Amino acid sequence: MSDSMFSAMKQSIVDGAPETAATLAEQCVSDGVAPLDAINQGYVPGMHFVGEQFGLRKMFLPDMMASAEAMRAAMNILDPQLKRMGNSRPCAGVVILGTVKGDIHEIGKCLVGTLLTAHGFRVHDLGADVSADKFVAAIRQHNPDLIGMSALLTTTMKNQRTVVEALDKEGLRSRVKVMVGGAPVTRQWAAEIGADAYGKDAVTAVAIARALMEGTPLEVLAEPQ
Amino acid sequence: MRPHLELMDRALVERVLGEAFELLEDPGVRVAPYAVELLREAGARVEDGVAHIPEWLASRALTTAPHEFHLHNREGQAVVHYGGYDVQFDPGSSCLNILDSESREARLALAADLVRMVQLAEMLPEYSAQSTAMVCNDVPQDAGDWYRLFLVLYYSAKPVVTGAFSGPSLATMLRLLTLESGGELELRRKPRAIFDVCPSPPLNWSEFASENIIELARAGVPAEIVSMPLAGAAAPITLVGSVVQHAAECLSGVVIHQTARAGSPIVWGGAPAIFDMSSGTTPMGSIETAMLNVACSQVGKHLGLPTHGYLVNSDGKLLDAQAGMESGMSTVLGGLAGINMISGAGMLDSLACHSFEKLVVDAEAIASVRRLLAGIEPRGASLATAMFAQTGLAGDFLKLKETRALFRSEQHFPSNLIERGGSGSPELWTRAHERVQELLAGYERPAIASERQDDMLAFAEEQAERHDLLRLPGIYQQRQSA
Repeated sequence: MSDSMFSAMKQSIVDGAPETAATLAEQCVSDGVAPLDAINQGYVPGMHFVGEQFGLRKMFLPDMMASAEAMRAAMNILDPQLKRMGNSRPCAGVVILGTVKGDIHEIGKCLVGTLLTAHGFRVHDLGADVSADKFVAAIRQHNPDLIGMSALLTTTMKNQRTVVEALDKEGLRSRVKVMVGGAPVTRQWAAEIGADAYGKDAVTAVAIARALMEGTPLEVLAEPQ
Repeated sequence: MRPHLELMDRALVERVLGEAFELLEDPGVRVAPYAVELLREAGARVEDGVAHIPEWLASRALTTAPHEFHLHNREGQAVVHYGGYDVQFDPGSSCLNILDSESREARLALAADLVRMVQLAEMLPEYSAQSTAMVCNDVPQDAGDWYRLFLVLYYSAKPVVTGAFSGPSLATMLRLLTLESGGELELRRKPRAIFDVCPSPPLNWSEFASENIIELARAGVPAEIVSMPLAGAAAPITLVGSVVQHAAECLSGVVIHQTARAGSPIVWGGAPAIFDMSSGTTPMGSIETAMLNVACSQVGKHLGLPTHGYLVNSDGKLLDAQAGMESGMSTVLGGLAGINMISGAGMLDSLACHSFEKLVVDAEAIASVRRLLAGIEPRGASLATAMFAQTGLAGDFLKLKETRALFRSEQHFPSNLIERGGSGSPELWTRAHERVQELLAGYERPAIASERQDDMLAFAEEQAERHDLLRLPGIYQQRQSA
C-alpha cells in the first residue's frame, strides 16, 4: 500500500466522508493490506489531525461527528477482517457511560461516546436516567477501566456523587477510574465527590481518558478555571 | 413612541406557526403516561407515548389561554403584569454556585447565600419579582425545591418566579403557597408565584414536567413554559428552525395545560440558546441566544399570549467587560422585544453561577433599558424653538425653567455604581461590592402577620423533620444574629 493511499484514508476522516473511508477500507482488504496498518497509518492519524484542528478552533463539533462517522464506516469493514485474522484492533480502554438518574439529557454524553469510540475505546453506553444500581451492575458485567457520568442539571449532578458512593459501598471504586462532565460540573465538584477527573468538553474527555489509561498526571491537561 | 424590536416579518411568523402545527401532528410530541389519557380524551392520537396533536385541538387551547394576568405581592397588590408589552425582570434561578464576594471565586451556594440574594433583590426596584435563585447545598436535595421557595417567601414581599423538579415537590410548594396566601381560593385569585415547567428538547414532556404542568393548571397557579431548544444539538441549527421547535413545544404545553383546566394562566416562555460548536456548551450570553429569545417571544405575542425569556446573563466567569457586554446587550434586546418577564440577571458562567455584585450591575442596565423603553416624546407645543426663543444663541439652557422641570423625566440617573466624571473611582467590582453592602445594610424584612409567619415556620419545621433537616438553614442563624 502506498503512502498516497494512507493519505487518502487520513483525508477521508478529515473530510468526514464515510463512503470514501469505507471504499478505501474495502480496497485495503482486497489488496491484502494488513488492516492494522490501514488503521494506524491512515485512519487514526486522520482522527488525531481532526482533534488538533478542533483544539485550534479550525474544526468544530459537526466536523468531529462526521469524522467519527467516517471512522466507524472504515472500522465496520476492517473489524471483521481483523477478527478473521484472529486479531483485533488494540483497545484503548473499556468505558461505561451514562447520564445520571433524574436527567434525560444525552447530547454531551453521546458526543463523548462517539469520540471515545473513534479513538479506539470500547464504549458501553447505558443511556440517560441511569441509577447508581445500573452503573454498579454494568461495572460487574463489563469490567471497565473507566466510567463516565454526565449531568446537565444542577439538581441532578448530585447523583454523580451518589454513584461514587455506591461504588465505594460495593467495593468497586478501586477497580475503575471515574470521569464526570456536564454543563454545571466543574473540576472542584469532581474533586469534592471523589471523582478522578473532570472533562469540560468531549475532546477533553478523550484526552483525559487516554491520560487515565496511561497513568499520565492530569495536571498536564489542566487549564486554569 | 415606544421602541419595539421584531426580527421576523408577519409572513415568517405565520410560517413558523404553520410548521409548528405540522410538527405537533408529525412526528408529534413525546408525553409521559401522566398526560396520555388527558390528551387522548381531548382528541389527540397517542401511540407508544407519542401524542399526535391535531391543529384544531391546539387552536382550541389557544382560545382559552388567558392573554394577561397578574402576580401579586404579599399584600395582595397586583404588581407584575404578564401581557402586552410590559417588561419586568427577575434574577436567574436554580444555579449551583455563588461567586464568593471575598475570594471572587465560585463556590457551592448555601441557604445563607440565597437569603442574601433575596434581600438584595428586595432592595432593588428594578427586579419586579424574586426567583428561587440558587440550589442550597446545605439542604437535602429532596427538600431543595420547597425550601428555596420557603426562604424567598419568608424574606420577600415580591412575587416569585419558581419551579419544581419533581411532582411531590410541587405538591409541597403549592401547600406552602396556599398557607402563605390564606387559602386555595385566595392563591388562585391573587397568585404570588409562577412556576417554570420545562419540556425536554426536542418535543418531550417528561414525567415530572407533564405532572407539573397539569397540576399547576388544576390548581389555577400560573405556569411558565420554559422551552429550551438548543440550536444545532437538540434543535435545528437554523435560528428560525429552533423558533419553530420552541413554538411546537410551547403549543403542546398550552394544549396539555388548557386541557387540564381551561382558562388557567400560562406563559409562552423559554430559555432558547444556540449550541457552541467548539466548546459544546450553551452560550447564554451570545447574540444568537438573545435573537432566539426575541423571535420566540414575537411568536407568543402574535398569538396574544404573555411571554418570558432568559437573558441578562453572561458566559464569563467573572464580573468583567464580557459580563457587562453580554448582559447589557441582551437586556436592551429583551426590553425592546417587550418580553413580559425576563429571567437571568445576576448569573455568570452560562447560568452555573450567581453573583451579588453582578445583580446590582445588571440592575443598572435594567434601569437604563426602562429609560430606553420610555422613548422620545414631545414635552410641549414646541420641541425646541420655544427654548431657543428664551436663550437665543447664548445657549444657556441650564438656567431654563423647562430644564429644571423636565430633566428628571428626560434623563435616567444611575446609582453611584456607574462612574461618570470624577477623578477615578475604585474598579467596578469594588464599587459593586460596596453597593451590595449598602443595600443589604438597608434591608428590613417585610412585615408579615405573626400568625401567618408561625404557620409557615411550623409547616417548614414539619417538612424539615421528614427530610432529616435538623434546623432551618438561613432562618434560625439569621434570627439569632438579628
